[in-house]
Amino acid sequence: MELPDDLLYTRTHEWVRLDGTTATVGITDHAQCELGDVVYVELPDQGATLERDAVFGTVESVKAVSDLYAPVSGTVAEVNGALADQTELVNQSPYGEGWMVRLTVAPDCDTSHLMSAQEYERYVQESGH
Amino acid sequence: MEPLVFEKSVSGRIAARLPDCDVPHVDAGDLLGSGSVRETLDLPEMSELDVVRHFTRLSHRNYAIDLGFYPLGSCTMKYNPKVHEMLARLDGFTDVHPLQPEETAQGALTVIHAMERILAEIAGMEAACLQPAAGAHGELVSLMMVRQYHRSRGDTDRNVILVADSAHGTNPASAARCGFSVRSVPSNDRGLTDLGALRSMLDGSVAALMLTNPNTLGLFESDVQEICRLIHEAGGLMYCDGANMNAIVGVARPGDMGFDVMHFNLHKTFSTPHGGGGPGCGAIAVGRELEPFLPVPRIADRGDGQLHLEYGRPHTIGRAHSFYGAFLVAVRAYAYIRSLGAAGLRQVAETAVLNANYVRARLRGHYEIPHDRTCMHEVVISASRQKSRHGVRALDISKRLMDYGFHPPTNYFPLVVPEALMIEPTETESRETLDAFCDALIAIARECETEPDLVRSAPHTTVVSRLDETAAVKQLNVRWTPPEQETSV
Repeated sequence: MELPDDLLYTRTHEWVRLDGTTATVGITDHAQCELGDVVYVELPDQGATLERDAVFGTVESVKAVSDLYAPVSGTVAEVNGALADQTELVNQSPYGEGWMVRLTVAPDCDTSHLMSAQEYERYVQESGH
Repeated sequence: MEPLVFEKSVSGRIAARLPDCDVPHVDAGDLLGSGSVRETLDLPEMSELDVVRHFTRLSHRNYAIDLGFYPLGSCTMKYNPKVHEMLARLDGFTDVHPLQPEETAQGALTVIHAMERILAEIAGMEAACLQPAAGAHGELVSLMMVRQYHRSRGDTDRNVILVADSAHGTNPASAARCGFSVRSVPSNDRGLTDLGALRSMLDGSVAALMLTNPNTLGLFESDVQEICRLIHEAGGLMYCDGANMNAIVGVARPGDMGFDVMHFNLHKTFSTPHGGGGPGCGAIAVGRELEPFLPVPRIADRGDGQLHLEYGRPHTIGRAHSFYGAFLVAVRAYAYIRSLGAAGLRQVAETAVLNANYVRARLRGHYEIPHDRTCMHEVVISASRQKSRHGVRALDISKRLMDYGFHPPTNYFPLVVPEALMIEPTETESRETLDAFCDALIAIARECETEPDLVRSAPHTTVVSRLDETAAVKQLNVRWTPPEQETSV
């Protein structure tokens, strides 16, 4: 399971990369592996306002449909349009080309509820999935 | 692979000769207008023998409950007694027309009326309706009644449906289709609804909670009365997804537990065919508060020795199906219920539960069983050990079961169990069949240790092996196109 150290993680298997007031969000390598081949990704409109933990989209695989939860509050600055017809990017490159949304967040964005790579790895092992 | 009949077609070959026309010839173009008349029609041209062989070969490749064990969890693939087919073909049932005067269709109306009374009694509720075409339709119709109920009380801000995280996917889908927001209620570590989490979600926006009991883990929601009390206290209604009624039919009644509305799947609990996606019946039952909102027409007994179709009901949500639903499905279920009686239905549930627990006990030690205590009509096991130790997943084990001659169980559901295999044996299987199935699963667990590649590359005995499910979803194409037209499409 690939887990970049520079990312923060949620219990619902999203990752977030914070760069100033930009937060890039996707799903983890573990999540894409559990889901299997992704066949559809539904993302919010640009400009949508998201509260932390709110459902911002869904990801559908051959096995299941799962909601996507916002790791932090913010406004959708950009969505990954490539996922409209290249859903395999989520499986092939979950932390790179398979990113889902970019949020504009507050400068003092609270991340205390998010996990580090080590914490997330332990969480996945303990929960058995 | 068997070619399509279109691909086997040979120009000019025919299987039937039409008799000479013995009525005056009329030009269809004159009657309909030439724009409505087609000159050519690409129908396959084959001899009768080749048609017979084609379809007989295809039928041999089908797997059905009449061929073998079908432990598809949550689907209740029980035997469909053949006598029901005979009854559903009686002239009195097949030679009626939905538009004939009601006084000439009293037999059909009697079956519908009696069936509604029986289902209301089994539900422990006030009334039932046979119109919904399937379980998910029953959910939608019920939620439309829930919405009307709240509106009729001036309670217009209830826009949230709570759904257990172990629920069938149809629950959130029906709620969203009906215009509600859906919120998921988590399960606790015992696989049951988390009461603490539920309490924190209750407010004036909750229209209803949809709960399956027993739930999709095959576990009885032992706090169901408290859950109903909490929801009612918050002003909401309780919806029972009756998909798992086979576990409790004739033993416990959703109405007595506190539910206000529910659906039945006649093709599950009451043994009508699952075949081909329909026609089906997702009958609903309601308590007294929701009765005024039921779809029309209702079958009314006004005490004059006749049954009547009643439309004049001011609070009804309207029609849910053309005419009166899939009538002949109701006839089969009626035959099933009447031939078993109350004691027989209770025995159905008891035997279904016993069979599931027998499977659970036999598989213990060979597979992880996340909630290893007495289950109801189905048991959920997990292949997480096989996955972490041998790299073999639930999907691989399912595929390998086909080589052993069994239909695979439901897999990857419920979502709350990783690598889930959900097994529902039903009451109609013998101990020998259950043993053969468990022996196969145990043998596969051993293969995972000794020959994992054999399992990972299964099935080996079927006409086709692994299908490209991803391409099937992303590039769905179910229409055959003649080769010469392919480029133009």
